[in-house]
Amino acid sequence: MTLEEWYRQDRLPHIYCAGCGNGTILNCTLRATNELGLDRTKTTFVSGIGCSSRASGYTSSDSLHTTHGRALPFATGVKMVKPDHDVIVFTGDGDLSAIGGNHFIHACRRNIDLTVVCMNNNIYGMTGGQGSPCTPYGAISTTTPYGMREMPFDLCAVAEAAGANYVARWTSYHVKELTQAIRAGIETPGLSFIEVMTQCPTSFGSKNKMRQVSQMVDALRANSILKDKADRNKAAGIPLEPGKFVVGELVRRSNPVLGGRP
Amino acid sequence: MTDKTEFLNGNTACAEGAIAAGCRFFAGYPITPSTEVAERMAVRLPKIGGTFIQMEDELASMAAIIGGAWAGARTMTATSGPGFSLMMENIGYAAMTETPCVVVNVQRGGPSTGQPTMAAQGDMMQARFGSHGDYSIIALAPSSVQEMFDLTVKAFNLADRFRTPVFLMTDETIGHMREKVILRSDVEITPRRELLEGELPFRPGPDGVPGFGTFGRGLGVHVTGLTHDERGYPATDSADLHEKVVRRMVRKIEDARNEIADVDIVNPDAEIVFISYGAPTRAVQQLLADYPGIYGHLNLRIVWPFPDAKLGEFGAAKAFVVPEMNLGQMAREVRMHTNVPIVTAAKLGGALHTVAELKHAADVAATAKAPVTEVVL
Ligand SMILES: Cc1ncc(C[n+]2csc(CCOP(=O)(O)OP(=O)(O)O)c2C)c(N)n1
Ligand code: SF4
Repeated sequence: MTLEEWYRQDRLPHIYCAGCGNGTILNCTLRATNELGLDRTKTTFVSGIGCSSRASGYTSSDSLHTTHGRALPFATGVKMVKPDHDVIVFTGDGDLSAIGGNHFIHACRRNIDLTVVCMNNNIYGMTGGQGSPCTPYGAISTTTPYGMREMPFDLCAVAEAAGANYVARWTSYHVKELTQAIRAGIETPGLSFIEVMTQCPTSFGSKNKMRQVSQMVDALRANSILKDKADRNKAAGIPLEPGKFVVGELVRRSNPVLGGRP
Repeated sequence: MTDKTEFLNGNTACAEGAIAAGCRFFAGYPITPSTEVAERMAVRLPKIGGTFIQMEDELASMAAIIGGAWAGARTMTATSGPGFSLMMENIGYAAMTETPCVVVNVQRGGPSTGQPTMAAQGDMMQARFGSHGDYSIIALAPSSVQEMFDLTVKAFNLADRFRTPVFLMTDETIGHMREKVILRSDVEITPRRELLEGELPFRPGPDGVPGFGTFGRGLGVHVTGLTHDERGYPATDSADLHEKVVRRMVRKIEDARNEIADVDIVNPDAEIVFISYGAPTRAVQQLLADYPGIYGHLNLRIVWPFPDAKLGEFGAAKAFVVPEMNLGQMAREVRMHTNVPIVTAAKLGGALHTVAELKHAADVAATAKAPVTEVVL
């Protein structure tokens, strides 16, 4: 198969805004499935609702675009009935951690053999830029016009604490590393959680002094701290600066898995 | 394989019916008075190559059985009122995506957590209209443990035949009552029509129902709850397309109401006719046995789509008496299809209708003039 064949060509062009990071993440995901030589007929994409969740509709395999927040239980049903399928979930930060928060921790606890790619743009994109559980403290959104007054989730920490076998974080700037992480996630039995920090120029950038897409991507790169460096800093007692986040492979373990290959 | 006769409660018989019908995936969340369905499935499914999973809530359970259905299995969940309420958004998704699956609602007293261990029939309208938007569904109502088995099998066949969620709207009485039940080994299984290579996944066949594009066959089916074209692709801003899609999905079920109808008709020439479903049917049957030849009876095993043509079989009817364990939900539906006066015999709280109460309602009906009379029991 070729990379192009993983795309549902007659659905393109996609609905994403110019400069949105979601297309990059979709591209990295399909690159990973293609490089791994997955059987397209045994690969299922599942997503919830949001800009990010539209990604399932651009893949040429069987795909379920479900209800807001519920992608993981839908995917659980698919995987339990077809354990020999690779089931890959696209979700957004709001979809996964607000309305779908309970499903998220339980999918991780069960360590069900899914690969979850979360496109974290710090905002509700599709509904026009409201605050999400991942909106940074102080950031402006349409529902936090005076600045967010709640602390954001660290989604990777949640996934690790809840029991996922594989956890990684990258950004839409790190396309090679991200593709590699998605590959590793698909190959690791159990729940693999890959968080991708990404730019939403339309709903987040425009309100937070980053009108240019390049500014947003630069900020993503500048705020990323590689795990090795973060570990060294931690050992030396240097805390993570506010606004920075750790990128890299954060967890890889082999706890018992639900719904793994027969 | 031979039939087995056992003495079981209704919930257990329901689980056995599902297994006989080929259900191999069950996702659920505990709630009284439905839990024995899940418990039986948890014991039985792993032994026959199926899967049981206890989900984190009912939203997840409903989602999981829809995912499981697209992955190719016959799937079921079971719940009671509060859980049924939580399932509503995903029930609408199943209707919109034409996903065959079975939802058992062992009804208890409501609203809210109400009476967990008492019987009720308060969710009948919710089953029909509970999710947002226009859609149609199929619902069955067993009135014995044997029917819990038989109608569960039937629910799966109807789900596949019409590609729709099907509800088994039972109640605590039937769920927990123990009766002799024949676990039939030769149940009839109607196969679903699979999507053929090259067919569009949401283009209806002659009966209004598209072939089912089960995942894993290389068909590359995209399924979305958004309004979609015949390829299954989102098409959300065409008034014409939305109208066409929604009307077709409603019609495929409503137009087949005579084919779907499943009723018992007793004494069609009677003047006073009882219309019942579920637990009250048993009291009506006792009344008819105590006063032979006097009263008519329309027993509904299918409640949705409402089999309105069957009302016409009672040509001499002067009044219909509708005993229900709610404040007259199906009586309201009956009212829509007849000019014959209606007496509602509503009962809440979980106590069953007694024969004396039904007799009293029949006596009131004999002189009923108003379009709807509520009899105080
Ligand atoms: C039950 C329900 N509540 C609310 C919505 C409206 N809604 C659609 S998308 C969305 C937010 C999506 O945000 P996120 O998951 O962060 O994805 P993004 O669009 O940013 O990629 C919301 C609230 C909905 N579709 N369903
Ligand atoms: S609103 Fe934001 S997340 Fe949605 S497509 Fe536009 S840029 Fe992307």
